[in-house]
Amino acid sequence: MSGPVLQLAGVAVDYGRRGQRVRALDGVDLAVARGEIVGLVGESGCGKSTLARAAVGLEPLAAGTVTFEGRDVTPLGRRRRPPYLRGLQMVFQDPYESLNPRRTVGELVADGVVLGGGSRKEGQRRAAELLERVGLPTTAADSYPHEFSGGQRQRVAIARTLAAGPSCLIADEPISALDASAQAQIANLLSELVDDADLGLVLVSHDLSVVRQVADRVAVMYLGRIVEIGDTETVWGSPRHPYTEALVAAIPRADGAGVLPVDLPGDVPDPANPPAGCRFHPRCPIAQDSCRELDQRLVPVAGREIACHIRSGSAAPAGPDDPPSG
Amino acid sequence: MGTLLQVDGLTVALPTRSGYHKAVDDLSFAVEAGEAMGIAGESGSGKTMTALALFGLLPPGARVTGSIRLDGTELLGLTSKQLRAIRGRQIAMVSQDPSTSLHPILPIGTQLTEHMRHHLGVTKAEAMTRAAELLRTVRIPDPEQALRSYAGQFSGGMRQRIAIAVALAAEPRLLVADEPTTALDVTVQAGILRLLDRLCRERGMAVIVITHDLGVMSATARRLYVMYAGRLAEAGPTSELLARPRHPYTRGLLDALPHPEAGGAPLVPIGGSPPSLGRVPDGCPFHPRCRYAQPSCATDRPEPRPVADTHLLACPPDPLRAAP
Amino acid sequence: MTVSARAPADPPAAVDAVVRRRRLRPVTPVPWRRPLALTGLGVIGAWVVIAIFAPLIAPYNPLAQKFAILAGPSAANWFGTDELGRDVFSRVLYGARITLPLAVILIVAAMIIGAVLGGIAGFFGGWVDNVIMRLADLVFAFPGIILALAIAAALGAQLRNAVIAVVFVSWPSYARLVRSLVLSARSAQYVVASRLLGSSGLRVLFVDIRPNAAGPVLVLAALDIGNAVLLLSGLSFLGLGAQPPTAEWGAMVAEGAQNFNDWWVGLFPGLAILTVVLAFNFIGDSLRDMLDPRTARAVRL
Repeated sequence: MSGPVLQLAGVAVDYGRRGQRVRALDGVDLAVARGEIVGLVGESGCGKSTLARAAVGLEPLAAGTVTFEGRDVTPLGRRRRPPYLRGLQMVFQDPYESLNPRRTVGELVADGVVLGGGSRKEGQRRAAELLERVGLPTTAADSYPHEFSGGQRQRVAIARTLAAGPSCLIADEPISALDASAQAQIANLLSELVDDADLGLVLVSHDLSVVRQVADRVAVMYLGRIVEIGDTETVWGSPRHPYTEALVAAIPRADGAGVLPVDLPGDVPDPANPPAGCRFHPRCPIAQDSCRELDQRLVPVAGREIACHIRSGSAAPAGPDDPPSG
Repeated sequence: MGTLLQVDGLTVALPTRSGYHKAVDDLSFAVEAGEAMGIAGESGSGKTMTALALFGLLPPGARVTGSIRLDGTELLGLTSKQLRAIRGRQIAMVSQDPSTSLHPILPIGTQLTEHMRHHLGVTKAEAMTRAAELLRTVRIPDPEQALRSYAGQFSGGMRQRIAIAVALAAEPRLLVADEPTTALDVTVQAGILRLLDRLCRERGMAVIVITHDLGVMSATARRLYVMYAGRLAEAGPTSELLARPRHPYTRGLLDALPHPEAGGAPLVPIGGSPPSLGRVPDGCPFHPRCRYAQPSCATDRPEPRPVADTHLLACPPDPLRAAP
Repeated sequence: MTVSARAPADPPAAVDAVVRRRRLRPVTPVPWRRPLALTGLGVIGAWVVIAIFAPLIAPYNPLAQKFAILAGPSAANWFGTDELGRDVFSRVLYGARITLPLAVILIVAAMIIGAVLGGIAGFFGGWVDNVIMRLADLVFAFPGIILALAIAAALGAQLRNAVIAVVFVSWPSYARLVRSLVLSARSAQYVVASRLLGSSGLRVLFVDIRPNAAGPVLVLAALDIGNAVLLLSGLSFLGLGAQPPTAEWGAMVAEGAQNFNDWWVGLFPGLAILTVVLAFNFIGDSLRDMLDPRTARAVRL
């Protein structure tokens, strides 16, 4: 299939807070191809979870579009989700909440098949296959979710999405609720599945190191925008946006060298009152006066795209007819 | 600089439906005055129970044996009244969740001065001045205003800084930080780690950092104790342990970490998961998951033995002896 | 899909542990572990047997007025006789044939009506929710017995109308409960996941939400049967339920109130009501403990 399997263009999402409209996502562009893992990283308040939910159709859009395999992703409302969106699925953060405690694992996994029009028998057969695929015994089908550990439950959740035959998965912090061994196991499983089934995967995580290991491309978010996006090694190895630099420098390394990670002073601003001009400028080490006025959008620099007019050498903000990013 | 805290043979047994099981099993360690030391382990390793034992805050029904000596005074067996005098004044704790470690309804000023007045006997005015100073130390902007504010008005990182300030209020000689940055963003974490380092140096305060995050350990602790299933697996200088680990568990933990040079290769987790309370295997508790396990590992209980200057290892086969 | 050799399966020991853990947990029939539930079930069981076999067990015809009036308990009449010379013991036994089945029918009806209305309200929200809940509020505004009284009186003094009245008074509790259960389940992540897979609203309601809602509703029902018995008996006591000469406990207690000095007339039917209500309360309490996710296994309902 040519072209991206999932495309977000100019996506904006608002939420209400005490009568105020707050913009959680402000004009995000992102494209995901099959067989590709795109990591979405950022700290609290950056909007990555909102972006994940909007991508799968769980948030109404204030602006922009989300397209899956060329078709519009309509937000989930009262009606049934249209069958052409079955290939777009989500893996949730909390494996304790995303599985119905009163249904057996087998039933839960078979759902993906049955809801697609398959028979119960087909569902059972596929469930057994998929449970094995994710590394669980087929006898697990008769057990209830509470009989499993967090890591195993997450495998069940993944198996359930696989039953729908997806071409694109959005994983919203799939490993943060798990302990260390389970984290690595699930990250590996997702990576394998992407290769085997040629899936597109959006991996949202606050664990920068895991994303670095597993993702092909990475998008760094700050206060509702993508500030840097490109191939993982390019972005990580030689970050260009000052925020990405700060993130990378803040990760402590387990090498025994006793080096303290670098501090980024200040706090994330209130999204209801973002700073004028560049949103990062109050905390930016290289900020200049012009940063207070210029609101730079993503422009290509050195093999990736960044939203910084100083580092990208462009003085004018990107306009609506600039080439799409992603 | 003498030994501030000496723990010998600490064993904590917790009551469960199937009887008493050891959450901490014969743990010994020492902390020098002004030293930053770390206890590393995953869930079920007993690290939190160890911290609680230091404060006499174990769950009801827990059985503790061994010795915990703070500056020569034995802490186990003290009365509640005696423990209350020590908590806050000599030792203080900062725990994981910044949203529950501060009182949601009392103003910050009250929470800070309460401890101070109890332990240091200063007047209210004096306490407020000191409190403002503490907030300045932990880099809270506009301390005067902050004293009048409430916990809910601050972000997670700020709350953790305030929690540290509260812990410092009575000028303790030892600060125990149990997963102090796990719930925080990485840049915020960097700030907290730098803060702890500065406090340690400026006040000559000893710090015990308890975490599963080896990166945090590497940045903060000079000496490291690695625990597994309630027992000590390996101990020694952090630089030594993280660069040349001798225990297969420590090695496994390091190998499981995402590695900058690995490119797209899969992560290498340790197979299986840590044993839960009451299901600790016989012999070496790690042997079912250990790549180098030998028949003796299933029966013989490994005791920590010195393999170098201050490097202790609880692994008789010592398979990583010659590893680079 | 082929099984990948690289599939990160848990080591066999860990997997076995999961399966073993399941088998080792003793599958003891839960009642054996709870004396309260046992007692409750035992009492109700006894009453059910009595209700079924009353014609065989009762020594005399409950309607036969052949004994001495208001005679105290004796060898011939274990519970004495009432003001029309009928054997109180036989009447108490026959009373079970009215109270028990009616109470159960009543509760089942209230439960079904309430659950359906509450489910619809919770699921669709909007004006549907508003209308249904305001109706429920209207009913809640009145003390149960008063409203039931008014309805029974308006419909006519008959046992059937008393039942209708009590159903009308009882359904709102179920509606409110089911509505809140549906509301909280609606935003549960497992429901969202289902909907992402293409589940329709109705399917979500029946397949995902119902198993989670059934438990609390049954608990409410068990605890409510006691209430129903009391309400029904109360209406009969006031003359609006069972009509004479039917042997119904509430009506018998009314008689007993009129003949206070002849304590046996009112005491025994009163004790019958007491034991039935208590027994259902015990069962309800135990059910509730059983369904507490912290103490119980998942129960399929």
